[in-house]
Amino acid sequence: MTFTKTLLASAAATALMAGAAAAQTEIHWWHAMGGVNGELIDEMAADFNASQDEFEVIPTYKGNYTETMTAAIAAFRAQEQPHLVQVFEVGTATMMAAEGAIYPVQQLMEEAGEPFEGDAFLPAVVSYYQTPEGQLLSLPFNSSTPVMWYNADALDAAGVDVPTTWDEVETAARALVDNGMDCGLSFGWQSWVMIENFSAWHDLPMGTQENGFAGFDTEFTFNNDHVVNRLQAIAEMQEDNMFVYGGRRGDSLPLFTNGECGMWMNSSAYYGSINGQVDFEFGQTMLPLDTDVADAPQNSIIGGATLWALQGHDEDEYRGLAQFLSHVISPEVQASWHQATGYVPITNAAAELSEEQGFYDANPGTEVAGQQLSLNEPTPNSRGIRFGNFVQVRDVINEELEDLWAGNQTAAEAVANAEERGNELLRRFERSVN
Amino acid sequence: MVEKRPGFTLVAHLVLILGVALVALPVWITFVGASHDAGRMLQAPIPMWPGDQFLENLRQTFFGRGLEGSRTAPVWMMMFNSLVMAMMIAVGKIVISLLSAFAIVYFKFPFRMGFFWMIFITLMLPVEVRILPTFEVVADLRMLNSYWGLTVPLIASATATFMFRQVFLTIPDEMLESARIDGAGPMRFFWDILLPLSRTNIAALFVILFIYGWNQYLWPLLITTDANMMTIVVSIKQMLEAAESTPRWNIIMMTALLAMLPPIVVVITMQKLFVKGLTETDK
Amino acid sequence: MLKRVHFPASLLPYLLVAPQVIITLVFFIWPASQAVYQSLLVQDAFGLSTEFVWFENFVYLWDSQQYQDAFGRTILFSAAVAFLSMSFALILAGFADRVIRGSTLYRTLLIWPYAVAPVLAGALWLFMFNPTLGIIPFILEAIGRDWNHYLRGNQAMFLVIIAAAWKQVAYNFLFYLAAMQSIPRSIIEAAAIDGAGPLRRFVTVIFPLISPTTFFLLVVNAVYAFFETFGIIHAVTQGGPANATTTLVYKVYNDGFIGLDLGGSAAQSVILMILVIGMTVFQFRFIEKRVQY
Repeated sequence: MTFTKTLLASAAATALMAGAAAAQTEIHWWHAMGGVNGELIDEMAADFNASQDEFEVIPTYKGNYTETMTAAIAAFRAQEQPHLVQVFEVGTATMMAAEGAIYPVQQLMEEAGEPFEGDAFLPAVVSYYQTPEGQLLSLPFNSSTPVMWYNADALDAAGVDVPTTWDEVETAARALVDNGMDCGLSFGWQSWVMIENFSAWHDLPMGTQENGFAGFDTEFTFNNDHVVNRLQAIAEMQEDNMFVYGGRRGDSLPLFTNGECGMWMNSSAYYGSINGQVDFEFGQTMLPLDTDVADAPQNSIIGGATLWALQGHDEDEYRGLAQFLSHVISPEVQASWHQATGYVPITNAAAELSEEQGFYDANPGTEVAGQQLSLNEPTPNSRGIRFGNFVQVRDVINEELEDLWAGNQTAAEAVANAEERGNELLRRFERSVN
Repeated sequence: MVEKRPGFTLVAHLVLILGVALVALPVWITFVGASHDAGRMLQAPIPMWPGDQFLENLRQTFFGRGLEGSRTAPVWMMMFNSLVMAMMIAVGKIVISLLSAFAIVYFKFPFRMGFFWMIFITLMLPVEVRILPTFEVVADLRMLNSYWGLTVPLIASATATFMFRQVFLTIPDEMLESARIDGAGPMRFFWDILLPLSRTNIAALFVILFIYGWNQYLWPLLITTDANMMTIVVSIKQMLEAAESTPRWNIIMMTALLAMLPPIVVVITMQKLFVKGLTETDK
Repeated sequence: MLKRVHFPASLLPYLLVAPQVIITLVFFIWPASQAVYQSLLVQDAFGLSTEFVWFENFVYLWDSQQYQDAFGRTILFSAAVAFLSMSFALILAGFADRVIRGSTLYRTLLIWPYAVAPVLAGALWLFMFNPTLGIIPFILEAIGRDWNHYLRGNQAMFLVIIAAAWKQVAYNFLFYLAAMQSIPRSIIEAAAIDGAGPLRRFVTVIFPLISPTTFFLLVVNAVYAFFETFGIIHAVTQGGPANATTTLVYKVYNDGFIGLDLGGSAAQSVILMILVIGMTVFQFRFIEKRVQY
């Protein structure tokens, strides 16, 4: 082991660890933020570390969302878990079911004596992560919601207004293509945008038991005419390229930024990357309304990730962790995080501070995500979803929808298959946690 | 050559050049990508000719924040980690395989075949398939975040043992007989006769294992939590997956180029030994 | 197997095999046996609640259309990778064997993709085929073909096959070239005197003579495509679209590592292990015979 130690010691001496006092209590935070956002996380930790000398927060990038979550779970099984881990919203049910493994943040804050006001947060943001009794389990950190991005120049050139309903989206897509564009509409994260949010936006349940909030014995109900008809209409838009499928997650972003597609539905958090690389006027607007389904939109649900505290550490370390979380949710940190990343502000104070600082005036459109989330008081259908094995369910939905886009099946078949396979996964999950 | 057909020779060269061009295309694209600025790499279609930003990208990758991401170690350190990992895997595997192949071929002892088959069934199963239980073992042994944890579990594979066994089997028995007449003990025989005779195979295996170690991805990702232990291949995947931001292709391509360089240099400089060692024993 | 002349039994051979055996036991046999045990369980991700279910995970796989599809797909993928990389390598080696000058130079120029990390190779091909940015879709569009591997499963499959075959060409080329160069010149000259042209000689003389190499490479390439292409698929398609590129090894990773279905994933590992042992024995028997020639 001496060889390792020497190497590590020399590495530590030469690199970033230099100067960290040995007596500090270390707090490990595993996250999934690469790129610029990762740098912001470093700054956040560095600021906190500089503000006191009792604790040192050490953020570590552990790969993408799934890799980070699995790494933390594997570490927990080996009793090597970090104090804090960033988990994406679809992992919520898995984390929540692991009662002996997680330390609910609200409880953590209270037991560490840190001030914590539940109503400081935007209801649509925290409701996703609360127990039925209203206790907050994990701290929303980077939250976004799907919006519709549009190429304003292209819409102008085609002579159409920014669409607000799906009928108008179709008209606009037709006009864009007729005007010579390669594609009218595209989207990413299709399960999130076209099933989860489509349902919430039109106040449709996606599953029984209040979308899984009321129990693990939930079943999917997204196989309904509204969802099927909408997906079928989109599949038919593929003729003439009014709709082009560009891959999962954000793979279709270049379609929009290179001016091929005039409209793109995906996370509001793409603001930074779109802003940095397009040479046309763009904007974001609320998701379109399907007038066959509802007269007015309800509210959209969030995506992104939250911070979960894990069990198995000393009280003293949890005290430091609680102080750090207070730092994270302070209006200044939240406002600058929100403004730099495009994620929605999670507290009212951060939203107000951003308003005061003139951020929304300088960056028109960035308030859309927040408005969309808080459009109405969330209903059981629009509070969020909590399904087990949901990572796999999303894959199933991706697979079935891809077979729809490729013309191998109809929307009715795709949705029915997805629901059936999804229910099977729900049953497996229910068994594994009981 | 059998007969003179200048036309045919020309065709042969043309086909080979075309083949080389096809094989080299991805690396050419990498090189071109590493020589443009970030903006140019996001406009379709991407360029086919090098731009003038190569040195600037190199500078950024090495000295700037270059590799973005959280607390990323500097590039040289990631390359150093990759190097340590590759060397430890290559050397470790060669040493333990030489020893065990020697025992299995030159000694008769109880359970000899049992040991052989136990080693042998590990031949092909990649670490990805048994990764979670292996992780738990490594964690229980307190080897997370160390070069030992990075390398030792990957040393457990039979390819090398199998190859040395093949090599030793082709060495004439007379060698051992005459060594014994000279009064040489087993280790002396191993050191003075077997090792020199397997030199080319050791070299070939070194190349294979160095590359294998350098190119690991999932294992280092799981086993290290300390940014200072990150390897360069892992860092490239990380840059590609920068959540909801756009990949910076110029820096990624430059890093990719740097990550490819050491294994390619090893293959090319050792190519004679590598080819000989490989093809003479069939594995 | 054992030398006719050998050293007598003593403590020494045990000491010699000890490092290898210990590492194999601790880091291979033990985790593998854990996987076997795990395959009989239904367990939550954190390992907090466990139910012993005997072979239910295997029954589930047996009934799963997705798993059966992955099986067939893996075989197709492996066959395509082996065929593509071997035939390409064979053609190049055939010509390289003919040129008097420069065959070493060509070898140097062809050898290095072997050294490129699978994840990296995947990333490069992905970049070249990116439907919006990539150079190849751009060319295809010019001739009226639309490329979108995010949508079309067969295009995605084609892409991973190309990337996987590309990495293996170097290896196959080396073996073919060495095999051809070891054919005695006199045989080829004799055929030439009989009036056989280069193509005819290749088909009737050279190819049959190197058939042991072909068979050997077939096994090696199949194993490579089966087990070692994980990094490529992971970087290029992540198994999509619609599972079109999910191979068995990728599915183990995906169900276990991403889906956190530990029991189901372990059951797949066990099936793979049995498969590996079978293939190993087969390969071993075959190579063993060849050495005795």
